[in-house]
Amino acid sequence: MQTKAFRKTYTRIERITKATCVLKASSVRFGELAWVEKKPAQVISIIGELVTLQVFGGTEGLSTHAHVVFTGKPPSLAVSDLLAGRFFNALGQPLDGLSPVKGEEREIKGPAVNPVKRAKPNVILTTGIAGIDLNNTLVTGQKIPFFADPDQSYNQVMAEVALRAEADKIILGGMGLSNDDFIFFKNTFEAAGVLDKIVGFVNTSEDPPLERLLIPDMACTAAEYFANDKKEKVLLLLTDMTLYADALAIVANKMDQIPSKDSMPGSLYSDLASIYEKAVQFEHGGSITMIAVTTLNEGDITHAIPDNTGYITEGQLYLKHDTDIGKVIVDPFRSLSRLKQNVIGIKTRQDHPQLMNALIRLYADAMNAKTKKENGFDLNDYDVRCLAFARDYATKLLAVDINITVNEMLDTGWGLLQAHFEKYEVGVKDELLQKHWKKEPQTSA
Amino acid sequence: MTTGKVVGVISNLLLIEVEGAVTQNEICQVNAGKWLKAEVIRIRQNIASAQLFESSSSIEVGAEVQFTGSMLEVELGPGILSRKYDGLQSDLERMTGTFIEIGDSTDPLDKDKSYLFTPLAKDGDLVKAGHWLGSVKENQIDHKIMVPFVWEGSFKVTWIASEDHFRINDVIAKIEDKGGKTHEVTMVQKWPVKVPLTGFVEKIRPGKIFQTGLRVIDTLNPMMEGGTGYIPGPFGTGKTVLQQAIAKNSEAEILMIVACGERANEVVEIFSEFPNLVDPVSGHKLDQKTAIICNTSNMPVAAREASVYVGMTLAEYYRCMGYKVLLLADSTSRWAQALREMSNRLEELPGQDAFPVELPATIANFYSRAGIVKLGNGQMGSVTFIGTISPAGGNFKEPVTESTSKVARCFYALSQKRADSKRYPAIDPLASYSKYIDYQEFGEYSDEHIQKGWVQSVKRLKDLLRIGLEARDQINILGDDAVPVDYHISFWKSELIDFGIIQQNSFDPIDMRSEIDRQRYMLNFILDVCSKDFQFENFEQVRDYFKNLINLVTQMNFSDYGSSSFKKYEEQVVEILNQNTELHAN
Ligand SMILES: Nc1ncnc2c1ncn2[C@@H]1O[C@H](COP(=O)(O)OP(=O)(O)OP(=O)(O)O)[C@@H](O)[C@H]1O
Ligand SMILES: [Mg+2]
Repeated sequence: MQTKAFRKTYTRIERITKATCVLKASSVRFGELAWVEKKPAQVISIIGELVTLQVFGGTEGLSTHAHVVFTGKPPSLAVSDLLAGRFFNALGQPLDGLSPVKGEEREIKGPAVNPVKRAKPNVILTTGIAGIDLNNTLVTGQKIPFFADPDQSYNQVMAEVALRAEADKIILGGMGLSNDDFIFFKNTFEAAGVLDKIVGFVNTSEDPPLERLLIPDMACTAAEYFANDKKEKVLLLLTDMTLYADALAIVANKMDQIPSKDSMPGSLYSDLASIYEKAVQFEHGGSITMIAVTTLNEGDITHAIPDNTGYITEGQLYLKHDTDIGKVIVDPFRSLSRLKQNVIGIKTRQDHPQLMNALIRLYADAMNAKTKKENGFDLNDYDVRCLAFARDYATKLLAVDINITVNEMLDTGWGLLQAHFEKYEVGVKDELLQKHWKKEPQTSA
Repeated sequence: MTTGKVVGVISNLLLIEVEGAVTQNEICQVNAGKWLKAEVIRIRQNIASAQLFESSSSIEVGAEVQFTGSMLEVELGPGILSRKYDGLQSDLERMTGTFIEIGDSTDPLDKDKSYLFTPLAKDGDLVKAGHWLGSVKENQIDHKIMVPFVWEGSFKVTWIASEDHFRINDVIAKIEDKGGKTHEVTMVQKWPVKVPLTGFVEKIRPGKIFQTGLRVIDTLNPMMEGGTGYIPGPFGTGKTVLQQAIAKNSEAEILMIVACGERANEVVEIFSEFPNLVDPVSGHKLDQKTAIICNTSNMPVAAREASVYVGMTLAEYYRCMGYKVLLLADSTSRWAQALREMSNRLEELPGQDAFPVELPATIANFYSRAGIVKLGNGQMGSVTFIGTISPAGGNFKEPVTESTSKVARCFYALSQKRADSKRYPAIDPLASYSKYIDYQEFGEYSDEHIQKGWVQSVKRLKDLLRIGLEARDQINILGDDAVPVDYHISFWKSELIDFGIIQQNSFDPIDMRSEIDRQRYMLNFILDVCSKDFQFENFEQVRDYFKNLINLVTQMNFSDYGSSSFKKYEEQVVEILNQNTELHAN
């Protein structure tokens, strides 16, 4: 960057908040990267001569006479194949002690893909987990978060999913990741022998919180490079998006913006969408599939962060501890994959959609029976059968520790129906019953 | 031309120091290497605030600005149908790159394509704005070429082209105003999107059903031609699927779909599906009558507001040609949020939930542009508008839902509970309503065209539902055994209505669309079943009996109307009905 040498240094800061600082400067562009001493910062507002910078490293210890230099360009990432197998911080600087990656500099908040240049996502992405593959089937190019309580082992589940899914590259965007989980990810990927497929952008809980604002865009830029330039199948993991949104709220607050629901900025929807919409299936076969984690506050999915996320993503996977069987399951009610209809019954067996719905409907009946029981009512025979079914269903299909093929899931499902119900109780098309309902009564699935 | 320079950038809000006259809502162009469009939204002394329809990265303080003198306009003419537009009516298919780069914009209409023009007016005719001068074939649609809507007064036709091929900018007629001045008319004209497009004589009260093919709408909560409706619901409850089901199965002659701040993959689905689906109205492919305006959630926020107005204006344009137009917008909440983001940057004093205080008025004005109208030649045209709402936290007590409830006449409330138990479409049958059902106009229309006493039958069905749900609540409170068997019968009748009429599988090739004739048949059939005097010994009998019934009625819905399998299942229903009544007689 020869131009850097001519950049003017400013040495007078007029205002400082916990996240921002304001100074007088000229010829500044909106969104450009600046350095406040050694801390990276970005221009987020210009009014006349007054330029507001969001200081990613935080403003602790910042002096009014600090040196400020504008770089003349927005934050960027050098992209090339050399990114593979490397871990970086939020600014794209290596975390592994090796030298920086050489490559083409790309602005990190790139433009949107023209919708007419997208392909319809219809390639199934299997995980072996029936709570996903059977009930909430994923496809490449989809974006979907896990909604999880903070105490659940969501990162473990996500790593497991990442390893089982067929991907050319796995890109990890860690925001406020505990150091333990960071090491866990590295070890898991190493043990699986896939480190050369991994690119990591990590901001740990020990790093400045505002820096994590750059993580998703960095990760998306790398993902777009592999998915579009290299036509690869990219799996992008983002954890934890709640911590990302919290950082957005801090900046908005220091900018005196009027908050909307739950102290979140009014632009939260657009901010999150600009990240999640990077998920794409290209016609040439390359794709970005996004799996994120959104941790919940006391299971509240009406909170602005999960709520806005749900409105953006193509479904959500809801992890829940099932006390009846003592395992973590993928909750069949609140979980949803909106793109499943692109593949189920088409790329999978024809009975898939109806069977899946029948199982869930009966599970709902079981939950009603459970409520009845808890309220001290007598259970009728149907209720009792539903409850027995629910236990089997949770153990054999909903638990996250399952690892079987989709056909095995379907066969298990039919087995469960037959073990607990009569034909007329399951509400499935006659045609399918004739094909899959075994003649001889089954005792157990 | 008025000029200015950028003196401030706060995200996509630009502060511009202006030299000369400037108008509220005027479009200006900002020099950022490319010329970028922005709309003036506030003026204070010599500083105009403008919302940039692009990402503002790369805008430098001091950038040159030129004011265009006009508001945001659309181009109207043949070639709109089958198009995929962005929020500002740029044709997305003409853009070359994989990504939409800042400042990319393309022509909305094909200037080189020639259309076969057939004159409808003749020399000497007296005409006014909106009068049909001729017609060209646009796909299978007769696209009327009209006297430009912005021209005031009456004119005399002095020359009209005879049947021949023309391109959109060719002159196809000359008309003379009162002062003797001659004006040339081409096939293309412009209109500012934020101003309702006139060009009709009067609006009339809706009263003729607008069929959607969905039982829970047509039978229970009917939409009218030129009517308005809204679909609020928590995320994932089926707003988009419902709107798309309406798009595919309704009786609309022209379809305008505005994908407003929602997912790109959802428009991709439309792109890939519509050219292969058959339009039940014309028999041609569905994309032939459709235009899509998409500003997906990752496209510039300011163009989101524009997108709904662009869609409405295009819909109004086809209404003036005498068509039954359906306008769908998913989701109007994203538009409201775009307004909120901007209001916030302007540091305006906020209303509820930080939305701008004028939100209710903005929404009301927009919905009011729908309607059925009488044209100058006595023909009718209509714009039926259905918008979705994405309420924060799924709670309907929020400004967008509440403001919309005051203007829209049909309310299709999606319920989380129904969606969770996969009872699709998840429209809450009792909370939802159509105000049209009480319109005298609809009463008369349905008496004549559907069946005498139709409205009363529908209300009976709703009563049965209500009674059933009350019975269910009692059963849940008191327990199965503690209530009379009659309660169970009432409850299971409502379940029969739920499964047989309200629920409908939008992914099943047969069940997805139910003609009003078939709906009438099913309503009568189910009312008939419900009027039987059932006798049961215990509630288990009731449950088993009705589950059987429900299964058969569902199979009827999955069969072609009147087909042999339809009749087979129907006979089975009649058979088990007779059994129960026989049992009773013994
Ligand atoms: N009528 C239906 N039949 C079967 N499945 C449905 C139906 N409606 C909705 N679904 C299921 O629910 C999912 C979500 O529906 P949809 O995308 O329409 O929700 P939405 O209300 O538009 O959500 P959002 O507000 O997030 O856009 C669908 O992908 C589908 O799996
Ligand atoms: Mg939707």
